[in-house]
Amino acid sequence: MKRINTPLDINKIKSLKAGDELLLSGTIYTARDQAHKRLAQALKKGVHLPIELKDAVIYYCGPTQTPKGKIIGSCGPTTSSRMDAFTPLLLARGLKAMIGKGNRSREVKEAIRKYKGIYFVTYAGCGALLAGCVKKAKTIAYGDLGPEAILKLEVKDFPLIVAVDPKGRSIYGKD
Amino acid sequence: MELTRKANFFLRKDVLAGLRKAYSAEKNKRAKNILKAILDNAAIAAKEKLAICQDTGIPIVFAQVGHEVSISGDLKAAIHKGVEQGYKKYCLRNSIVAGHLSRESSGFSPGVIHTDIVKGNKIKLTLLPKGFGCENKSQSKMFRPTAGIEEVKKFIIDAVKNAGPDACPPYVVGVGIGGTADYAALLAKKALLRKISGRGSALERELLRRINKTGIGPMGLGGASTALAVYVESYPTHIAGLPVSVNISCHALRSASVVL
Repeated sequence: MKRINTPLDINKIKSLKAGDELLLSGTIYTARDQAHKRLAQALKKGVHLPIELKDAVIYYCGPTQTPKGKIIGSCGPTTSSRMDAFTPLLLARGLKAMIGKGNRSREVKEAIRKYKGIYFVTYAGCGALLAGCVKKAKTIAYGDLGPEAILKLEVKDFPLIVAVDPKGRSIYGKD
Repeated sequence: MELTRKANFFLRKDVLAGLRKAYSAEKNKRAKNILKAILDNAAIAAKEKLAICQDTGIPIVFAQVGHEVSISGDLKAAIHKGVEQGYKKYCLRNSIVAGHLSRESSGFSPGVIHTDIVKGNKIKLTLLPKGFGCENKSQSKMFRPTAGIEEVKKFIIDAVKNAGPDACPPYVVGVGIGGTADYAALLAKKALLRKISGRGSALERELLRRINKTGIGPMGLGGASTALAVYVESYPTHIAGLPVSVNISCHALRSASVVL
């Protein structure tokens, strides 16, 4: 299977097509509903962001608490469409890739095409399996949000399926 | 407290059997791979003592209290406390926001408790941790009393199509028909507690067949395994209406019971 590493610049992803399966290694950031709301508010206010968005990979995930002796708890993807309202803005500011589950809005697909981003899905409801791909985890922002904080994760061979490719083509077909 | 561990680490045997059956029957290669990952995930969760899914849900407790039981003390408070202690101890997720509009203060409780008075001298507690990816796809509709059965069937199937790839198919579809708006929704939720088997009423079997023909498949990426089961619970209703409610569960349908 094809392997890719972060940072995901356009040269690494431009040949990927919706439906391709690959394994990702490198740095990704968790962010879900409330973190997205805060990131969008910070961008609108022109406030410094807690993560560098350029070529970043955001994983829509809120893990369980971390059991003693483990790197991370169960950590599968959450429903991506809830982040749709915030995604075009983040893509415009440099976000390169998103990992989640389920379909995206037309606006998000259009923004992915426009900004040459990419949207992946991973095994949904398989948080225990995916925890095995996480080699390091650290809370880096919005700790007050509990499971919705932004975590920096180092992953190895994290399984992905391309759901919307940089040309805006979707694995779920036309809307 | 023990139920929080059992429900979140160990997938129900009937659900596992349903998934294995779907895996054997599935012909779509990608769908088969995804079903394999789901089965592997359940095995890893049990072995590593990790939650099957990071969404350890809103803890729903069905308390069936025998009418001969005499309770001294606050049963509801005890249930909430047990759930909270279990969720903390087993490192599950603090997904409950006390400020439902402000979205502040995420914690482990309270869950939702449904109490029922039943015959006998025992108390049966059932914990159903319900993830919100699928709970968000619930639908209810008040049909006209003259509505045809096909309209009702279409509503149920459309609810599954609307959930599409988002709510972690293969699903278990709970349906409540009759009663009132709220009672139909409770029946739909209770239907998820039925043991998954190859059996079902003619209506349930027809709905399952039609849902599996939608081609949604595991993760919504195609295949014949869109739902593992459809269960319908019903109750008499008023001459002026026909409430129907659909409660979808993801493939990680978790529950555990204890009799006290």
